[in-house]
Amino acid sequence: MNARPAGPDIDTALHTVLARHGPDRHALVQMLVDLQAMLGWLPRRLLADLAAAIGRTPGDVEGVAGFYRFLHLQPVGRYRLLFSDNVIERQQGSHELMARLCRQLGVAPGEPRGDGAVSVATCSCIGLSDQGPSLLVNHRLVVTHLDEQRIDQLASLVDHEVPLHDWPADWSHVQDTVHRADVLLGSTNAPGQALQAALTRGADAMLAELQTSRLRGRGGAGYPTASKWQACRQAPGPEHVVVCNADEGEPGTFKDRALLRRQADALVDGMAIAAFVLGARRGFIYLRGEYRWLLDELLALLQQRRAAGLLGARILGRAGFDFDIAVHLGAGAYVCGEESALIESLQGERGTPRIRPPFPAEKGYLGLPTVVNNVETFCAVSHIALHGGDWWAGIGTPQSTGTKIHSVSGDCERPGLYEYPFGTRIARILEDCGARHTQAVQVGGPSGQCLSEFEFNRRIAFEDVPTAGAFMVFDRRRDLFEVARGFAQFFAHESCGFCTPCRVGTELLRRRMDKLAAGAGSRHDLDVLFELDHLLHATTHCGLGATACNALRDTMQKFRPAFERRLQSLHFAPGFDLDAELSVARRLTGRNDEAAHFAQPVEASRPPP
Amino acid sequence: MNRPHFLLGGDELPFTPGETVLEAATRAGRYIPHLCWHEGFAPHGSCRVCTVKVGTRTMAACTTAASEGLEVTLHDEALDAQRRSLLQMLFVEGNHFCPSCEQSGRCKLQATAYAAGIEGPHFEEFYPDRPIDASHADLLLEFNRCILCGLCARASEQYDGKAVFALGGHGIASHLVVNSASGRLVDSDIHPDDLAANICPVGVILKKRRGFDVPIGQRLYDRLPISSAPEDEAP
Repeated sequence: MNARPAGPDIDTALHTVLARHGPDRHALVQMLVDLQAMLGWLPRRLLADLAAAIGRTPGDVEGVAGFYRFLHLQPVGRYRLLFSDNVIERQQGSHELMARLCRQLGVAPGEPRGDGAVSVATCSCIGLSDQGPSLLVNHRLVVTHLDEQRIDQLASLVDHEVPLHDWPADWSHVQDTVHRADVLLGSTNAPGQALQAALTRGADAMLAELQTSRLRGRGGAGYPTASKWQACRQAPGPEHVVVCNADEGEPGTFKDRALLRRQADALVDGMAIAAFVLGARRGFIYLRGEYRWLLDELLALLQQRRAAGLLGARILGRAGFDFDIAVHLGAGAYVCGEESALIESLQGERGTPRIRPPFPAEKGYLGLPTVVNNVETFCAVSHIALHGGDWWAGIGTPQSTGTKIHSVSGDCERPGLYEYPFGTRIARILEDCGARHTQAVQVGGPSGQCLSEFEFNRRIAFEDVPTAGAFMVFDRRRDLFEVARGFAQFFAHESCGFCTPCRVGTELLRRRMDKLAAGAGSRHDLDVLFELDHLLHATTHCGLGATACNALRDTMQKFRPAFERRLQSLHFAPGFDLDAELSVARRLTGRNDEAAHFAQPVEASRPPP
Repeated sequence: MNRPHFLLGGDELPFTPGETVLEAATRAGRYIPHLCWHEGFAPHGSCRVCTVKVGTRTMAACTTAASEGLEVTLHDEALDAQRRSLLQMLFVEGNHFCPSCEQSGRCKLQATAYAAGIEGPHFEEFYPDRPIDASHADLLLEFNRCILCGLCARASEQYDGKAVFALGGHGIASHLVVNSASGRLVDSDIHPDDLAANICPVGVILKKRRGFDVPIGQRLYDRLPISSAPEDEAP
C-alpha cells in the first residue's frame, strides 16, 4: 500500500485547492503546499495551470515554488525522509544512521529510488534536538529518538509501503520536557482570561502597561514591543494586521514548539490583545513547515475559541471587536523568520527580505501596517495584560525584563526546556541541565555566540549575552571545528540567494571549511575566513548573512587549536592537487600508467571506459 | 528655499526629498559603482556594489534615502577592499571569460572591476554548469554570466509589460527563469527591441548575428572609464 492513498490527478488537485483558497494570487505558497501534499511534487504543467487560474505567470509561480526547500519541482519518493541536520543530532550519530538507512533501502542521498518509493535527504533543524536524532516523513510526521533498531524497522516499513498512520505511534511522540518553568511555561490561565483583562483595561491603558513592562521581542533582535505596536497603531492604513512569527528556524531552538502545544491560548490571547490595541481584524500565524504536525491541533484550538466567543465576530461580546486568525504554513526557508521575508511569504512570494525602511509596522502585509511578533512575545503580552507592566518589569534586569525560555540540547543529562528570569548566569543553566566537562555553549543558535569556559559567568540578557532561545552544550569530547563547519553548511543551505555577499559568501565559507576539513588548509585560509566575516557583517542585505559568520568567528578566536590542527601548513597550501586535476584526462584517455601521473603513487586502477 | 544637501566624500550635493543617495549622486553627475540599479527602476539592493559608509554604518547607497547633512563616504581603504571582494564574488560564482566574451568593453561588471582595481579572482572559482538557451531566432541567453541583478525581469514586467523573466531557485543555485510553457526563450513573447533584451549589465542577453559589430578597443568602456561614461549609453 502507498504512503498516500491513490492520489488525485493534477486537475482534481487543482480544482480542490482553488475551491479551498479561491483564485487568490496571494495564497500561492499555501496552494503550492496543499497541492504538493496531494500530488507529492509539483509538475510543470500544474504550475502553469495554477498560474493561469490565479492571474500570475508560470515563470513567476516557478520562481516562487523554487524558493522553498520543501517544495519539489522534480519527482521525489512517495516516502520522503528528511534527517534533521543539526550539529547536535550529528553528534548523536544522525549521519551514520542516515547512511545505514540509505544502505538498507538501496537509495542514494538526495535522489529518489528507481521505483519512486522513497527518497532520503537532510534538512535544517526541525526543532527536535532535545530528542534527536530525528527525521521528518513527507513533511507531516516526525520520528524522534532514532537508533539503529528504529532505522532498521523504518526501512522495513518503507519497503512494505506501510501507510504512515500504521507506523508505531510512539515513534512520533514528542515530549516537551519542562525542567524549569516560570511565568510562561508554568501558567494555567483560562482561555480568554488575559484578553478579558486587556479589554477591561482599555486599549490605551493596555499599551501603557506594555510600555511600562519594557518587554522586548523574543525573536532575537529584542526590539521594544510597545514601540512596535505604537508605530503600527499610528501608521495610517485601511486596516491593521497582526502576525505571529512561529517560524522557529534557528537550529537548536524548540521553545516555540512547546509554547504552541502547551500555551497556545496564551499566544492567541496575546494576538487578540494586539488586535484590540491596534484595531486589527486580521491575524496570521506563520507556522514553519517543519511544524506541520502541529497544525491540526492549532486549528482545533482556534475553532474552540471561535465557539467560545474568543475569536471571530464580537469577541467577548464586545461590539466591533472582530478578529480572526488564519494559519499559514512555511515550506522550509529559515530566512522567512526575518519579518519582512515572512510577510513576502504570507503574500505568496519568494521569501526575500524587503528593503527597509519602510518597516512592517508602517507597510507590512499587502502594504498594511502590520505587527509581527514572536510566539514567546505574544505569550508574554498575555501575562502583562493580567498582572501589569510593573510586575513584569520587576523580573529580570533593567534592560531585559521578564523571563526567557531556553531550548537546551547537546551534552547534558537533562535536555529540554528551561525558563529563567533574564540575568541568569550561563553556569547556572549548565548546572541545572546536568552538563559536565563543558567546553563551549552556543547561545542563540548558529547566528548567536559561542562561549567558552571562562565566559560561563556571563549572564543571559540583551546587555550581556542575548539569545533567541537556543542553548547548545558541547563537552570536551567535541571538535569545535566540526561545529563551526556544520553552521557554515547551514547558512550556505539557507541563504536566500538574493544578495551577492550572502549568496556567494556563505558558499565560499562552506567550501573553505570543507578544504580545512580535508586537511588541505593553511594559515591563508583562516585569513580569508576572517575577511569573509568582516565582509558579510558589513554588506549583506539582511541579518541572515550578517550573522552567518558569528559562530565561526567566535570559534576561530576562542578555539584556535581546533582550526590549526587542520592546517597542512601555517603558511600557504594550494587548494588543488595537481595530480587530482589530471583525473578527468586520465579517465577520458583510459590511462592510468605512471607517466599519466605527477605524483609517484598510482591511484587505484580503474577500468577504462 | 534652498534645496537640502548631503555630503558625498566631503562634497555638498543637492537632493530632492525622497531620492536615494545613489539617485541624488547620479543626478549630480557623481559616480557610485553599481550593477543592479538602473535609472527609472526602484532599487533592488542585491549586488551591494554601491556599498558606502553613512556616518559609521555600512549601507547600500541605492536603498539609503538621502537626508540633510548625511555624511556619505564612498572611498576608504576598507570600502574599496569590500567593493573589490563583492565584485570578485560575482566573478567566481559564474563563468566570466572576458577575452572571449562578446560584451567585453561594454560590460558593466568588467568595467566596474577595472575601475575598482581588480587584478584577479582572489577567491576560488566555482565553475558552475549553466547550459545556454539558444532557442530564440534573434536572442541568445548566456546564463554563465548572470549576476542575478534582476534588471531584465524588472524591465520586462514594469516597462515592456510582459514578464518574460523571473528569479528562481535559492541560495547559490538561484537562477533566471524564462517565463514560457517550455521554459525556453523561443516560446516566450520577448522581442529583441524590448527593454528587457537590452538592459543586461553583463553578457547574458545577446543579439544574434551582431557579434563584434563594434571592434574590441572601440567600445564604450574601452574609450572611457565607467566612472565618466554616460549612463544612457550603457547597456
